[in-house]
Amino acid sequence: MLRMIGARLMTTVPSVIGVIIVTFLLTRVLPGDTAAYFAGPAATPQAIAEIRSKLGLDQPLPVQFVSYVTALVKGDLGQSLTTGQPVTADLAQRLPASAELTLVGLLLSMAIALPLGVLAAVRQGSWIDHLCRVVATAGVSLPVFFTGLLLVYVFYFILGWSPAPLGRLDVFFSEPPRVTGLLLIDSLIARDLETFRAAAAQLILPAVTLAIFSLAPITRMTRASMLAVLGADFVRTARASGLSSGKVIGTYAFRNAMLPVVTTLGMVFSFLLGANVLVEKVFAWPGIGSYAVEALIASDYAPIQGFVLTMAVMYVVLNLLIDILYGVIDPRVRLEG
Amino acid sequence: MAITRRTALVGGLAAPFLMTQRASAQAPSRSETLLLVQEYGPNSLDMQGIGASQPVNGVALNCYDRLLRFKPVPIPGGGGHQVAMGQLEGELAESWQVASDGMSCTFKLRDAKFHSGRPVTAKDVKWSLDRACTIGGFATTQMNAGSLEKPEQFVVVDDKTFRVDFVRKDKMTLPNLAVTIPFIFDSELAIKNSGGDPHAKEWLKNNIAGSGAYKVESWKPGVETIYVRNDEWACGPLPKLRRIIARDIASPSTRRALIERGDADISYGLPPKDFKDLADAGKINVVGVPIPNGVWGLYLNSQVGPFKDVRLRQAVAWVLPYDKMLQASLFGRGVDMSGGPETPKVAWPQPFSYKTNLEKAKALVDAAGGGFATTLQFDAGNATVAEPMSVLIKEALGAIGINVEISKVPGANFRTEIAKKTNPMTLNRFAGWLDYPDYYLFWTMHGNNSIFNIANYQNPALDKLIDAARFTADKADYDKLVVDFVKLVESEVPMVPIAQPTHDVAMQKSIGGYQFQPCREPDFRYLTKG
Repeated sequence: MLRMIGARLMTTVPSVIGVIIVTFLLTRVLPGDTAAYFAGPAATPQAIAEIRSKLGLDQPLPVQFVSYVTALVKGDLGQSLTTGQPVTADLAQRLPASAELTLVGLLLSMAIALPLGVLAAVRQGSWIDHLCRVVATAGVSLPVFFTGLLLVYVFYFILGWSPAPLGRLDVFFSEPPRVTGLLLIDSLIARDLETFRAAAAQLILPAVTLAIFSLAPITRMTRASMLAVLGADFVRTARASGLSSGKVIGTYAFRNAMLPVVTTLGMVFSFLLGANVLVEKVFAWPGIGSYAVEALIASDYAPIQGFVLTMAVMYVVLNLLIDILYGVIDPRVRLEG
Repeated sequence: MAITRRTALVGGLAAPFLMTQRASAQAPSRSETLLLVQEYGPNSLDMQGIGASQPVNGVALNCYDRLLRFKPVPIPGGGGHQVAMGQLEGELAESWQVASDGMSCTFKLRDAKFHSGRPVTAKDVKWSLDRACTIGGFATTQMNAGSLEKPEQFVVVDDKTFRVDFVRKDKMTLPNLAVTIPFIFDSELAIKNSGGDPHAKEWLKNNIAGSGAYKVESWKPGVETIYVRNDEWACGPLPKLRRIIARDIASPSTRRALIERGDADISYGLPPKDFKDLADAGKINVVGVPIPNGVWGLYLNSQVGPFKDVRLRQAVAWVLPYDKMLQASLFGRGVDMSGGPETPKVAWPQPFSYKTNLEKAKALVDAAGGGFATTLQFDAGNATVAEPMSVLIKEALGAIGINVEISKVPGANFRTEIAKKTNPMTLNRFAGWLDYPDYYLFWTMHGNNSIFNIANYQNPALDKLIDAARFTADKADYDKLVVDFVKLVESEVPMVPIAQPTHDVAMQKSIGGYQFQPCREPDFRYLTKG
């Protein structure tokens, strides 16, 4: 097992190096002049030149690349010009916010999508199958910013049930001591139930928004893969042997149908983590998606590179986890390095 | 069914939080705490530093003091105060006196203390002004705009007396000491933490070393900034609000929902349509001040492309649908810049004498050789206003045979594009801090060709008038020069003024004491609540 993990990690080294080179080059060929942007209004050409040399942007590309990699090796991702902070500090601050939101959203989505998908496959053609289709189609065709704004409008603006969409915590609460960066967990560690409730209340609407969006792929994948398994010989054998329907579906069919679902879950998770910019904007959620987009608009290289690199590393880790999970779900799957 | 289930879930879970919310609303701190929501917050705490963003002006304004400040005068339509450019009052300066030869000014300092407890001395003032003049970037440019050019101009007379020597007589020197750049640092504290950097850039970026009315209690870039009152503030009446929470909320719809529901006290930077809706609904106070020295203009490239021909520039000025543009893009939150008098006033911006007249425009285009195709660019960051405006421009110019292609340029790229000075038409808004016509034209139409001379306009006759106006001490002379150069640019139209936008702020009815500052950031020092 350990050898397998080690071998897997070795194969990711070239892709990470590739990511480093490509993001470096891509950010450099992006149109836009960082120096001109940050020189501010009323800047003279001389002021712009001063900033350019301060940022090292007047150096030839290979020199810039070498200094970037040297810093990277020391764990320094550079300075963000849009927030004025080191990129590592920004990412450490924002990644947990995104992770917490995405995890809760995904769990919520799974809680609805998995049973729905299984039921739809078992009772193919019934009303629940149609419901599954409607939910999936609606979820995927409503853009997230629309669902988000609609939820804010109904539950905050009209009904007043939800707290003000002011980010991760209401203004009159202070953050619990930082352990994991996930407020729900940190507040429990600090045994501060008030803060836990406040954080959970802020989390509900954005998490529901994400859940609605991610329902579709999970439901559809569960249904399709269940249908395939239910038609397989071993299910017919199990039925013929007189096993109860619950045992057949729950123990034999569902477990076998899980493989493609887990793959989908992994993809949906990594996609949501970086791509829920619009949800972050609507709910003022200080996540990494909006951070990267704002940096992109300002041609701010360091955060973009840091973001892409972090996402690449997360992707690698996530894929590894999924591969290991394969082996757990289905012992027949043996991964070779 | 799924939807009902989810609704029930949300409703059920949210119910307990309603109670906590109500409880916190009754807490005593609420009435002395102000919640402000804005699109984005400061990226630094040092406005003199390179790359400081627009909201950093607010930090400089509230956490630091300057020698002088602009005197508040009531906004003509009510709702609070704005400033009078020519009238100054002392901030750190108790009094000041311009020498009889008009070539220097001596300031007497108040007995003020920094947040660290150290008294403010003339040495700190010199260190801070030297820094602004030598740090480079925007701060130095802004200092130079008021003829504050080199450290030798700043003289420490004694602990409480400070003198600024002038390099030339410039009416902008003293007002320029009241903008948000020449603020005063605790020089000992800054030097102690500088780590060898003479400007202490890194440390001051993340720390406040001032004497201002507020201190920064916590700053999370991109999330929120919390200010607390400095109870020892000596430079004015003690502010009413003890604590200010400024949250960064990117989505304008969310900011509007927050102010309408009453959770936020003040909302900055909503789209003009939202301000109009809020003002019409009447539940929220909307205070609008026409931005001094600010105007949306259509810049026509006078060196490259078709608009080299002045007749075509005039044709554009004669065909634009001014009122429609003001209504459709700014929703009436601005001042129309068309149909002005034959003889200009001593003011900027002011309506030019052009108004929509299709025949005149057609005749001019025909005389110049007929229709053509061209492109119009604007900053995508301004799309809320610029997009409807440019569509109307396209439609209007289509009627006189000019076919316009619209190009939306992303923020970082826009500066590069306007610096090239090759695009035939650019729609842009420019506002100068110091409210003088010659100052505006110096940036946008002078032969020094700054980046904001987007029309690439070169005219020695105009340069002569602008330069003379900048440095004349004679009022009658100045007025005549202004009328002359406005007349000149009106006939030459390198830029067609469209509308002077208002700077709008939405506030709960319980908020009073609104003070508009030229830097357009909230001034907490005058605000009241309840």
